[in-house]
Amino acid sequence: MAIEVRIPTILRTYTDGEKAVTGDGGSLSALIDDLESNHPGLKERLVEDGDLRRFVNVYVNDEDVRFIGGLDAELTDGDQVVVLPAVAGG
Amino acid sequence: MLTISEATYDAIVAHAKRDHPDEACGIVAGPEGSDRPERVVEMVNAAGSPTFYEFDSTELLELYKEMWAKDEEPVVIYHSHTATEAYPSRTDIGLASEPGAHYVLVSTREHGNNDGPVEFRSYRIVDGEVTEEEVRVVPALS
Repeated sequence: MAIEVRIPTILRTYTDGEKAVTGDGGSLSALIDDLESNHPGLKERLVEDGDLRRFVNVYVNDEDVRFIGGLDAELTDGDQVVVLPAVAGG
Repeated sequence: MLTISEATYDAIVAHAKRDHPDEACGIVAGPEGSDRPERVVEMVNAAGSPTFYEFDSTELLELYKEMWAKDEEPVVIYHSHTATEAYPSRTDIGLASEPGAHYVLVSTREHGNNDGPVEFRSYRIVDGEVTEEEVRVVPALS
């Protein structure tokens, strides 16, 4: 099983500069745990108190995961995951 | 230093004035690694607020996919302050996530929707550290 994950510039310090990495898991949280095993530190930047961080957007096949279950969003082989930090401020 | 064309400068200022008293936001895309702000993309402020801005998450993805397809990056990320100076707020600094971008702040506090000068300033925001830089407005990018 392989799921491609697009990594934003700001998080590429965890992926040796790679723009995309692959991982697997049947849900977004399982995928993040799998990524964490190869790219330690990444999980903390995505998850806080058991939930997706407020200002991190994750998309599965172009769908914002907040609308499809958040960390429980189901994943299958070949899915495309994109991580984008929110562009926001005050 | 940020070097920007008059047309791009004017477009950002016009957007900020139009959306006042809400904050306006957008980017100027350019070829990856070029430091050339070429293509203004106005974004909807999903927060619709005079004190906060946030790109709509679906539009954000569309924007990045388009930039990836064109080998572009956000050279400038801009937004307006409508009641305070054109300096990054604590929230701006905490949420800045494009270390390669010029963060442009426009303040419309003086003239609002009307004609008149605005503050237009640019910063680098890296690891929570803000560095102001000179803004050079040129007739056209060379």
